[in-house]
Amino acid sequence: MKCRVCREAAIIDIRRHNANFCAEHFLKLCRDQTMKAIDEFDMIAVGERVLVAVSGGKDSLAIWDLLLDLGFAADGLYLGLGIGEYSDASAECARAFAASRDVRLIEVDLPSEYGYDIPTGARAAKRVPCSACGLSKRHLFDQAAIDGGYDVVVTGHNLDDEAAVLFGNVLRWQTDYLGRQLPVLPARHGFPRKVKPLVRLGEREMAAYCVVKGIDYIVEECPMAAGNKHLGYKAALNAIEETSPGTKHDFYFGFLSRASAYFRPVAEGEQADLLPCTSCGAPTTAEVCAFCRLVERAGGHLPSGDLAANQADLAAPVSVVIGTRPGDSSTTTGAQL
Amino acid sequence: MKVLLRNPRREIEVEGAMQVSTLLSRLDINRESVIVIRSKTVVPGDAWLNRDDEIEIRPVISGGDFGPIHPARGLMPVGSDIVRSLWNPT
Repeated sequence: MKCRVCREAAIIDIRRHNANFCAEHFLKLCRDQTMKAIDEFDMIAVGERVLVAVSGGKDSLAIWDLLLDLGFAADGLYLGLGIGEYSDASAECARAFAASRDVRLIEVDLPSEYGYDIPTGARAAKRVPCSACGLSKRHLFDQAAIDGGYDVVVTGHNLDDEAAVLFGNVLRWQTDYLGRQLPVLPARHGFPRKVKPLVRLGEREMAAYCVVKGIDYIVEECPMAAGNKHLGYKAALNAIEETSPGTKHDFYFGFLSRASAYFRPVAEGEQADLLPCTSCGAPTTAEVCAFCRLVERAGGHLPSGDLAANQADLAAPVSVVIGTRPGDSSTTTGAQL
Repeated sequence: MKVLLRNPRREIEVEGAMQVSTLLSRLDINRESVIVIRSKTVVPGDAWLNRDDEIEIRPVISGGDFGPIHPARGLMPVGSDIVRSLWNPT
């Protein structure tokens, strides 16, 4: 098997591209596909400050590495979820990567700073663990990005993730969620922009990328995720992909180009006015946001100063900044969300 | 050859030399869901594995949080029944 580009020995076959690549050209493919997604969906402008949501897994470390190689100023944020040895090991991977690239890793520890962990939080709130985990992550990533003055939050969601989510939402015709399933979620008042630059790359490529680059990531699956629905959706899609390469790509990108727009009015119509959470000050459609309700049920607490800081943030106008860092005197601002 | 499998981590012995794709097929593993590693290097589907090779079959599928999706309504069974269970939810 030869590399499509240089005809040297290939290390990976990517059947949906009907092509094989050597290590050098495989890494180039990953960089090119990442940059293509960033450009195609206007994810990150030149000079913007980027915060990467880092789990210690292959996808988040790969996208952090790719962004750094592509010249973006990207810091990492790791959340300690209190999931026993799994959290300990994943934190080590995140720290080791940050040290190896000499980049900044911000750490937030749920048990010590918020008084709960994901297993107990999920039980107390009667949520499945992935739901409690996702809720906590989204809230804390948003907050860290706003507090830190970052322009954009990057997550490591890849093509397989997005295709699986789409599959699940289509199976149950969740039209509001379909309307919001985009590679870019624009900034809204109190929420940072969120982008997924790995949507053109599959899960298998990301694992191979880390091996080729010598990035040590946590291979073990989160014990809380075992048996969740999305693993099943991925298995179903991979069963189709095995006999029909390119199906996941066509499913997801076909949705974006030919169907997504039909669902956007539904999603926009269901977005109620946001008000500050009376507990933490974060924007919410309820009196108390879902994160604070989770923390309360789990017997946790908010760090002191959260409410005052967030209410001050929410009261201030939000500027959309393209191409420059916040505070730069040459910045063009003005659009209020 | 010695084959390291993950989640859970265990090691098995497979007799004879064969191509990667043959090994995966023999172990009933979907090629889309793993990478195969030999000597810290990824190897493609048509690579030949020798009888004294030590290889790792590393799963690449990760679960967990995927952002704005409908709240999960419960857990699904794991293992070989998982795909079937999607079409016959209980």
